Amino acid sequence: MDLSRLEINRRTALLTSAAIAANVINPMRAFAQETPRKGGVFNVHYGAEQRQLNPSIQASTGVYIIGGKIQENLVDLDANGQPVGVLAESWEATPDGKTVTFKLRKGITWHDGKPFTSEDVAFTAMNMWKKILNYGSTLQLFLTAVDTPDPQTAIFRYERPMPLNLLLRALPDLGYVSAKHLYESGDIRQNPTNLAPVGTGPFKFVKYERGQYIIADRNPDYWRPNAPYLDRIVWKVITDRAAAAAQMEAGELHYSPFSGLTISDMARLGKDKRFIVSTKGNEGNARTNTIEFNFRRKELADIRVRRAIAHAINVPFFIENFLGDFAKLGTGPIPSTSTDFYPGPNTPQYPYDKAKAIALLDEAGFKASGGNRFALKLLPAPWGEDISLWSTFIQQSLGEVGIQVDIVRNDGGGFLKQVYDDHAFDLATGWHQYRNDPAVSTTVWYRSGQPKGAPWTNQWGWEDKTVDATIDNAATEVDPVKRKALYADFVKEVNTELPVWMPIEQIFVTVITAKARNHSNTPRWGSTSWHDLWLSA
Amino acid sequence: MRILSLAGRRLAASVPTLFLILIGVFLLLQLAPGDTVDALMAQMGGGDAATAEALRKFYGLDLSVPAQLGNYLWHLVRLDLGFSSIYGKPVATVILERLPPTILLMTASLSFAFFFGLVFGVIASRGVNRWPDTLISTLGLIFYATPSFWFGLMAIVVFSVYLQWLPPGGFEDIGTVQTGIWRVLDIAAHLVLPTLTLGLIFLAIYLRIMRASMLEVLNLDFVRTARAKGLDETHVITRHVLRNALLPMVTLIGLQAGTMLGGSVVVESVFSLPGLGRLAYESVVQRDLNTLLGIVFVSALLVISVNFVVDLLYARLDPRIAAEG
Repeated sequence: MDLSRLEINRRTALLTSAAIAANVINPMRAFAQETPRKGGVFNVHYGAEQRQLNPSIQASTGVYIIGGKIQENLVDLDANGQPVGVLAESWEATPDGKTVTFKLRKGITWHDGKPFTSEDVAFTAMNMWKKILNYGSTLQLFLTAVDTPDPQTAIFRYERPMPLNLLLRALPDLGYVSAKHLYESGDIRQNPTNLAPVGTGPFKFVKYERGQYIIADRNPDYWRPNAPYLDRIVWKVITDRAAAAAQMEAGELHYSPFSGLTISDMARLGKDKRFIVSTKGNEGNARTNTIEFNFRRKELADIRVRRAIAHAINVPFFIENFLGDFAKLGTGPIPSTSTDFYPGPNTPQYPYDKAKAIALLDEAGFKASGGNRFALKLLPAPWGEDISLWSTFIQQSLGEVGIQVDIVRNDGGGFLKQVYDDHAFDLATGWHQYRNDPAVSTTVWYRSGQPKGAPWTNQWGWEDKTVDATIDNAATEVDPVKRKALYADFVKEVNTELPVWMPIEQIFVTVITAKARNHSNTPRWGSTSWHDLWLSA
Repeated sequence: MRILSLAGRRLAASVPTLFLILIGVFLLLQLAPGDTVDALMAQMGGGDAATAEALRKFYGLDLSVPAQLGNYLWHLVRLDLGFSSIYGKPVATVILERLPPTILLMTASLSFAFFFGLVFGVIASRGVNRWPDTLISTLGLIFYATPSFWFGLMAIVVFSVYLQWLPPGGFEDIGTVQTGIWRVLDIAAHLVLPTLTLGLIFLAIYLRIMRASMLEVLNLDFVRTARAKGLDETHVITRHVLRNALLPMVTLIGLQAGTMLGGSVVVESVFSLPGLGRLAYESVVQRDLNTLLGIVFVSALLVISVNFVVDLLYARLDPRIAAEG
C-alpha cells in the first residue's frame, strides 16, 4: 500500500483535532454563574428506533436515551464516576458479599400516582433484571431472592458472593426499576407499557409516533426540588446522518448523542460556535475496536501469526489520519477511562513493526509464494464508519506482509449470525463495549464455555484454563484491591495469548447546542435523567 | 358490467402471482444470514443465549421453515397479515399508519412529474432542435443523472438551513398542535421538498418520453389530414396529437406507481418521512418477515389495481383498444 497517499487526510484530521480541542473548553465556560432558566423544548436526534422503551428489560443506549428520562435507576454515576444514589438512598453489603441491602428514598410516586416501594424493586429484579434484561441475566445469575421487610428496604440475597463495587458499577445501566402494579399480570415483553413507559423520572411519557417522534413532558411532582427545568423533550427519528446534521444547523435539533453524525459532519460542526462537539459525558460508554481471530483456521491458531498480524498494522497512523481526536491508542480490553480497573499500559503490546511481522510469519512456516502467504476472510460489523475504515486499513496493511484479506460485509443480524453462531469468519472486527466493570460485558469475550450463538462472547474456538480461572476468581472477589489486581493479571494474560486484539479506544462523540447548560456532566450523561439540564435564552 | 367482469378476470389471474411472489420473498429472506432475534441482539448490544432462546420462542422462530411458511399462508388466506416483531402490533395496523404519507408523497410527485413532463415534452417537441428543446433536454438529463439523496440534502441546505423557508424534515410540526386547514398547510409545507426531490427524477423520464412520442405522432398521416382540413395548430396538437401521444405516458405511470412505493426509501430517509419505503428497508435489516411480506402484499395489490385503471384509461384514450379487446 502506498501510505503516503493517506497523508492528504492528515491536515484535515489536525484541523479537526484543533477545532474539537477548542470546543472542549466551552462547556466549562458555560457553567459560569448563570441562573438556571425554566422552560423550553429540547429536541434530540434519535437515529435508530428500538422495539420498546423500557430500560428494565433492554440495556442499550437507544433505550436509555428515552427511557432513562422517564424511569430511574437505583444508583447512577456522579461527575467523578463514583456511584451515587438515585432511587436508593444508601446501601451496604455483608462481609461475605452474599447480602446487599438498599435503603430506598421516601415519598416517591410513579407517574400514575401510585407510591414507589421496595416491592417494585423486588419485582423488577427478580422478573426483569434476572430473567429478561441483557447482561442483567448474567449479573444477577446467583440472585436468589429480594426481601422487602418494609417499603423502604430491599435486601438482595445471593448464592455466591457479589462484589459490591461490581454491583454498584453495573446498576447505573442494569438497575432501572419498573412499576410492579403495571407488569405483574401477563407477558412482560408484550406489555403495552413498554411502548408508553411509566416511571418515577423527571419527564412523563406523552406520545410515541412510530417512525416520527416521541414526546415527554415535565413531571411536576418530581422528587428532586426545582427539577426538571425543561418543559418538554422531543426525540425526532432521523435515520439519515447527513440529514440530521442539516437539522442541527437549521436549529431543529439541539443534541445528537452517541456519535450520531458522520465523522466529517462532527468535525465541521466542531468549528461552528453554535455547537459543542466533544467526547465529554460519554466516558462511561467506552468501546474498543477489535480484531477477532478464528482459531479454527490453523494459521490463526498459531500465536506467531496473531502477533504478526498485530505488528503489521500501524494503529497510531490509522488513528491520526482517520479518527482524529475521536479515538486513542488502546492497550487491551479494559480502557484507560476505567479508573477503577485500568491496569496501565505495561501489559504485552504489539507496536507497529513490519520487519518483525514478516519474521514471525516466516518463522511460523507460512512462506510467501508469489507474494502471498495465505488468504483470510474479514467480516466487519456494520455499526459505524470507523469499523469500515479500519477493515480497509487491516486489508491493506496485511497485504503488505503477504496476507491477502477479503472483506465480506453484512448487516447487523447477518454479522452476528455469521461470526458468533456459524463461525463463518477468519477475522472479524467490530466494537467491544466496556460497561464500567469488566465482569459486565468484557470477560465474556475471553471466558470459555460460552453457548454457541451468544453475540460478543468467546466464539473463537480458543480456551485457556488460566484465563478462565482468573475471570472466575475476579467475578466473586469482594475485596476491591484484590479484584483490581486480578483484572490486571487478566489483561496481561489475554494480551499475551491474543485471542482478540483491542488496539483502539473510543468514546462516543456528543454534538449539542451551545445553549445547553449542565450537560455532559456525568460519565453516562446521554443515558441519565437530565433533571438538571436547562437551555439558556 | 363489462368492467366488472374484466376486474374479476384480472383479480383471478393475479392471485397465483401474488402467492408466488410472497413465497419467493419468504424463501429469499431465509437465505439472508441471521433472523429477527440476531437483529434485535445487534440493536440491544448483546445478551446471553437463554435470552436469545426465549426470544426465538416468543417470535415463533423455533418452528421449521415450512411450518413458518405454512402458518403465514394460512393466516393470509384468512386476511390476517400477522404480527410485526419490530412494532409489536398487527402488520395491517403498521402498514395502514404508514400508508397516508407514502400515498401523499407518491401522488404529489407523480402528478408533478406527469404534468410538467407533459408540458415540457410538448414544448420541446414543438421547438425540436432549437433552443427550448436543447434547454429542456439538458435540464432533464441533469435531473435524471443526479442522485436523489444529493438533491434532497442540497435542497435542505439551501431552503431550510440558509433561506429557512421550508422545514428540513418530518411529516408535520410537532412543536404546536394544529387542526383543520392549518394542519393541511403545515403538512403541505413539509412535503414540498420531498415531492420536488422525488418528482424531478421522474419528470426527466416523462419529458423525454413525451417529447419522443409527440415527434412520432406529429409525422403520422392523420396529422397531415387534420392540417389539410384547415384546423389551426393548437387544435391539431391538443385534439389529435396529444391524445395519441399520451398512451406511452399512461403506460409509464402504471409501471412507476409500483416502484415508487418502495423506491422512495432514500427520499424518506433524507426527509425523515414515516413512509412505506423506510418501513420495508427497516423490516429487511431487522429481519421482520411478517412486515416485509405485508408490504409486498399491499404493494402488489396496488400495482394490480393501478394497472387495471391504466387499462381502462387506454380504452378511453384510444377506443380502438377496447373494440379489439
